[in-house]
Amino acid sequence: MSASIVIFYILAAIILGGGILAVTAKKIFRSAIYLLFSLMGIAGLYFYLNYEFIAAVQIVVYIGGIVVLIIFSIFLTHASGKDMEKPKLISVIVSGLAAVFACAIVILLINNYSFVATTNTAIEPTVKNIGRQMLSTTEHGFILPFEVVSMLLLAALIGSIVIALKPKTEA
Amino acid sequence: MNEIGLTHILFLSAILFFIGVYGFLTRRNMVTMLMSIELILNSVNINFVAFNKFLHAGKLDGTFFTIFIITIAAAEAAVAIAIIIHLYRSSKSIDVNDADLMKF
Repeated sequence: MSASIVIFYILAAIILGGGILAVTAKKIFRSAIYLLFSLMGIAGLYFYLNYEFIAAVQIVVYIGGIVVLIIFSIFLTHASGKDMEKPKLISVIVSGLAAVFACAIVILLINNYSFVATTNTAIEPTVKNIGRQMLSTTEHGFILPFEVVSMLLLAALIGSIVIALKPKTEA
Repeated sequence: MNEIGLTHILFLSAILFFIGVYGFLTRRNMVTMLMSIELILNSVNINFVAFNKFLHAGKLDGTFFTIFIITIAAAEAAVAIAIIIHLYRSSKSIDVNDADLMKF
């Protein structure tokens, strides 16, 4: 057991433990905090795989953005100290069995599949390489999706303001 | 089992995906369902990064897909939470069984 393997299993335990607690916790606020731990573990996994830029984006967008947004929406819509309604027992059993069997099938398939790696020379996923290729207009550039996604973000920004705006008649 | 390879990370992301599916099926509350969706999207991102690293190291496509998925997930979460807050104002509940505004 080298240190690398131990670190991977610690990260896996944080991710899966956080995930399981996030979907089973009784109080909604705790559920959000467990989700935070799970996402933090995933950022750690990206660091482990040497994808520093993705890890930084994960921390900024998910942990700093989405989880904070979810926590604010919990404060706006719940008495967060109360327990949530329990799911029906039949629903827990059926969904649990479905998830476990589907997971078993996927793991079996992954185990039996032999992946073939490319022999091309590796490109380091540094910020420089990512930025150059993302904004390039040549064949493998991603400038068009980049622009489209910026339009999507603008639309989402305006859309969420319009939807969450208080109607004027109430004011 | 001597080294962490692609299959280890794929196992991890498969388990995380089905944890998200389980949460999505059992929870009846919109905010927690949104959290389950975030878990599912994250497991997909792990897959993209792992395939990029272990199988197609000569390209950066997996990295770009991950970045775009994170961006779209952020937009989706913002719009979903706006809808949830609006629904809470109009019906005082965010249980999916109570949402029948669009019922004909």
